[in-house]
Amino acid sequence: MHIGIEHYLTLAATLFILGVFGIFINRKNVITILMSIELMLLAVNINLVAFSVYLHDLVGQIFAMFILTVAAAEAAIGLAILVVYHRNRGTIAVEDINMMKG
Amino acid sequence: MIVESLVFYMLAAVLLASAVMVISARNPVHSVLFLIFAFFVAAGLFVLLGAEFLAMTLVIVYVGAVAVLFMFVVMMLDVTAAELRRGVSRYLPLGAMIGLALLAELVMVMSRWGKPVALAKPDSPIPPVDQVTNAHAIGHVLYTQYVYLFQAAGVVLLIAMIGAIVLTLRGHSSTRRQNISDQVNRKTEDVVALRQVKTGEGI
Repeated sequence: MHIGIEHYLTLAATLFILGVFGIFINRKNVITILMSIELMLLAVNINLVAFSVYLHDLVGQIFAMFILTVAAAEAAIGLAILVVYHRNRGTIAVEDINMMKG
Repeated sequence: MIVESLVFYMLAAVLLASAVMVISARNPVHSVLFLIFAFFVAAGLFVLLGAEFLAMTLVIVYVGAVAVLFMFVVMMLDVTAAELRRGVSRYLPLGAMIGLALLAELVMVMSRWGKPVALAKPDSPIPPVDQVTNAHAIGHVLYTQYVYLFQAAGVVLLIAMIGAIVLTLRGHSSTRRQNISDQVNRKTEDVVALRQVKTGEGI
């Protein structure tokens, strides 16, 4: 059986939905929410690389590299905010983050 | 061909299983470890696709930097696992509903969708693998056509680094630094007192 692009797209879609689901069921834990976001970014990367390979165009892999950069920056900033928040409030539960009344 | 299919299905199954473990593990440390594992498996999928440079970058960036960062923060914050799991059942129906809706949308998109049509002339075609390696080809495109975006990515990383340092840096009151203006502004009469001390007595 030949592995086509649709196999990779199905895998990436399932991974993305697992990431979304992880955001919803882990409402107490910001760290797991950040990890779910990383899973979603990984799903997007798999999509881009699969399209790049099956369409014989290298730009998709370049774009995936930029997504990797942004994901690393996002994780660093998000975790720094988390550390500062935990230092100030002593909790990281999402429900308690309501100082700005959003 | 059959080996490729087997490897794909094995890697895909392991990737999805470890993703499920990331979002459902009780201990955040286990979540981070499964995340690292998921990225390893995704790197294997990239190698299978023929994007080996990106696979190695994924391992270096995620396993070497991001996952260690996560691990560090999880251990530093020391959140108890039990308190984090409270309220899971409350959000489960909503999450399942939204997940199923998304899945249905994606299935509908894919069922309507035929074979992708390759552009007549790709923007940057992948050169034959036996002549040019993947890393060489990516470098050729990245450093010519996308050099400004490459520089912008560097700026993004720099800003992230500065932001993380500024956010977490605490000025310690116990550290003693040289304050030159204080030293220059010191006056003799503030710090030196001349006393006449009588012989045999103290001050």
